[in-house]
Amino acid sequence: MSLDDWILALHVLSAFAYVGGLVLFWVLVVAVRRTDLPEATIRMEPVVKVGNVTVGVGAVGTILFGIWLAIAFDRYQVWDGWVIAAIVLWAISLGTGQRTGAAYMKGMTRAQELQTSGQPGPSAELLALNRTSNGLLMHFLTTVAVALILLDMIWKPGA
Amino acid sequence: MSVLAEIRPDEWNYVLLLHIGGAMILFGGTFTAASALAFARGDARILRLGYWSLLTVALPGYVLMRIGAERILTKEGIGEPDWIGVGYLVADLSALLLLIALIVGGIGVYRLRSGKGTVFLQATMAISLVLLVGYTAAIWAMSGKPG
Repeated sequence: MSLDDWILALHVLSAFAYVGGLVLFWVLVVAVRRTDLPEATIRMEPVVKVGNVTVGVGAVGTILFGIWLAIAFDRYQVWDGWVIAAIVLWAISLGTGQRTGAAYMKGMTRAQELQTSGQPGPSAELLALNRTSNGLLMHFLTTVAVALILLDMIWKPGA
Repeated sequence: MSVLAEIRPDEWNYVLLLHIGGAMILFGGTFTAASALAFARGDARILRLGYWSLLTVALPGYVLMRIGAERILTKEGIGEPDWIGVGYLVADLSALLLLIALIVGGIGVYRLRSGKGTVFLQATMAISLVLLVGYTAAIWAMSGKPG
């Protein structure tokens, strides 16, 4: 395998990590919608951290190795339409992904406040925060952006 | 993935999408299951979450990935180079392991009702981690195409 083959493999592995993290967050988004207890919300935090690390590594690896490949391969250029489209979609997914995290962290923060103030019982406010429609929308948009990147990578329109 | 796309007629891309999309869902579901089971710390709710991720996300992902793989191989008629062999080996072995993980995990989830079953779900977690290693090797082989 040449260096470029290795970079391609790392690029694809990063993409799988990115999508793996998104799938993990979808499962958490569904699970947290029925969670109104502070302790149950807080217990999800370690899994959230795993997801954050995976998405971070996947996102950075995908763009770095992807740009490397666009430069290394003579038949592709960084300014090709489909490459620019992928970079724009990647940036959109990053922005919406960060907003998803911010929306759902409100529930986590409130759960920790309730727990430390000695209110471990069910909380309608916490349930509402965990069911954030803004967070759900942002995660959906992140998923759409990543799905479009996959379509772009397979079809390579204009290449 | 990229190299395959270069030499493939446009209409075959749908099959490639099915294969890669399924593989991503499979990887994501298995990763979610392993993470949830590893960090559940005995919490029955998160243990169940991990198991159901494997059953309702990873398993359908495997089916999509496998259907896509068979169809693309039939269309391409590229024989069986090393990287296809790695893919088949991982796919076949992982199907068996996934089935074992689901059966063992199912027993574990059932036994959670009586406050037991954690050991079974730890076994499911261990198998999920092995599956992730295998999937990583397969992704590397499919994309780097050694040989």
